[in-house]
Amino acid sequence: MIEVSGLRKSFRSRHGRKASVVDAVRGVDFSVERAEIFGFLGPNGAGKSTTLRMLATLLRPDGGDATIAGADLRRDPGQVRKRIGFVAQSSGTYGHSTGRRDLVLEARMYGVSKSVAQTLAEGVITAFQLGDFADRQIKTYSGGQRRRLDVALGVIHSPQVIFLDEPTAGLDPPSRARMWQEVRRLRDEGMTIFLTTHYLDEADTLCDRISIIDAGLIVAEGTPSDLKREISGDVVVVDLAAADTAGVPEPATILQASKVLTEQPYVESSETIEHTLRLYVDSAATAIPQIMRALSGKGIEPGAIETRRPSLDDVFLAKTGHTLEAG
Amino acid sequence: MKLARDTWLIFQYEVVLLVRNPVSIAITLIQPITYLLLFTPFLKAVMGVSSYSNAFQIYVPSLFAAMGVYSGLFAGFSLLAAVRQGVVTRHRVTPVSRVSLLLGRVLMYVLLVVFQGVVVTVAAIVFGLRVQPGNFLFALVLLSLMVALSVSIGFDLALLVPNENSLGTLINSASNGLALLAGVLIPLSVAPLWIQHVADWNPFAWGTNGMRSIFQGHIGANVVWQACLVMGLVASVTLVLSSRLFSREIA
Repeated sequence: MIEVSGLRKSFRSRHGRKASVVDAVRGVDFSVERAEIFGFLGPNGAGKSTTLRMLATLLRPDGGDATIAGADLRRDPGQVRKRIGFVAQSSGTYGHSTGRRDLVLEARMYGVSKSVAQTLAEGVITAFQLGDFADRQIKTYSGGQRRRLDVALGVIHSPQVIFLDEPTAGLDPPSRARMWQEVRRLRDEGMTIFLTTHYLDEADTLCDRISIIDAGLIVAEGTPSDLKREISGDVVVVDLAAADTAGVPEPATILQASKVLTEQPYVESSETIEHTLRLYVDSAATAIPQIMRALSGKGIEPGAIETRRPSLDDVFLAKTGHTLEAG
Repeated sequence: MKLARDTWLIFQYEVVLLVRNPVSIAITLIQPITYLLLFTPFLKAVMGVSSYSNAFQIYVPSLFAAMGVYSGLFAGFSLLAAVRQGVVTRHRVTPVSRVSLLLGRVLMYVLLVVFQGVVVTVAAIVFGLRVQPGNFLFALVLLSLMVALSVSIGFDLALLVPNENSLGTLINSASNGLALLAGVLIPLSVAPLWIQHVADWNPFAWGTNGMRSIFQGHIGANVVWQACLVMGLVASVTLVLSSRLFSREIA
């Protein structure tokens, strides 16, 4: 449904008198199947939104090709616009308009008559349960209500592909769950969904397939479970901060602990994030006693040791060398 | 066809939002009405005009010209607000004509200022202004052209200086010069010759001259058709430039 190859975009930015070129997207390739929720996972500034805005015909790519729902992005952006919907990160409505008025206008901008537009508006108002507030001014909506209206606006013309830029950013947990439910419903109706997110759990539970993007390049692609399976074994997280005093250990201590543990034969790889060590091991059950022994041999008392299955953040760390939160 | 339909769509939407907020419309009327009621007595005294009726005959066309210049230049702020709120982005992802997104808004301002013109004229008639209905309609046409030009300039400025603070300063300084050189407040006939020559290059000066002629009942005078021609041409060229700038700048 979406085929992208070598898509690039750079911006000229100016700092004082010096002009520099920022490569926001440095050649990305991916494809998205019909009726799939495809997620772009990456930190802020990784190039997610830029890619999305190029695919939604808002930005002209510097290079590369893309075909969306059978239409060529560069040669026929007009056709692309007819076949896609786009929901920006910030809401695109006037606070003093009403949901229904904007829905009718949105439908009419796709060329339908007023009566058809009213029917379409009524349809999405029912589907997204906007009935209670559709005739109120938008500035009175809650964050979740507003976001649901945004998505309803994006899909009122039943596009084949819908682009969602950070659909749940800033929403409270119940509103997020609600939004996930709506996105799944759209997929089940046959729509192809391309979304960006910087939330690991969103990528993990909502998306059928994800691409991890960092600094303008795709570093990994696959289903969340396949990506996690690539990181074999378990993750042991050793927190060196003392549990009772909550004191942070000396940098030298962290360095020493990291050195000792990395030298252990059963530790495949490790990362240090502030005062915690993330160790990738074959089996946590046998590794933990040995880790304890190695640390106490150096007189280091860990505050807490935790073990878990690899998460997408571990995938992210393994592929990019930094965690998602660290950006 | 699509252009006309899409323009109508955006125009309708913006007008409904405007009408839903009558307070904002009332606020736009304060300035012209204040000027009408306070400036005309000054004018009568300073220029030694015999009656209020004659004073209005002189001042109402100036006021029309002033509305044509000022109201449009500040329209850029609403465009910036629409851009900031993501409304323009949302509309640009649809197949709606890009030019219509601009034209629909321009026409909304034309309607608003024409409405102001009608209110001002009705108020002036109460105080003794006399104007032929046909001439008045013609004055509204010329006013519409002037507004189309100034809104378009206002949009250009907003797109070139997308910062509300700098834009405010820029428009304040630019609009006063533009209005003075159009003879809006003080007729250009009392200005030094060199200023009159500079004013020849200001399309709004042509509009103001034409407007005065229409209100004096000389609808067939050369300045009237010249005013319409100049305003029409310059407004069209500026609109084309604005729509180019609009498609380019609003990514």
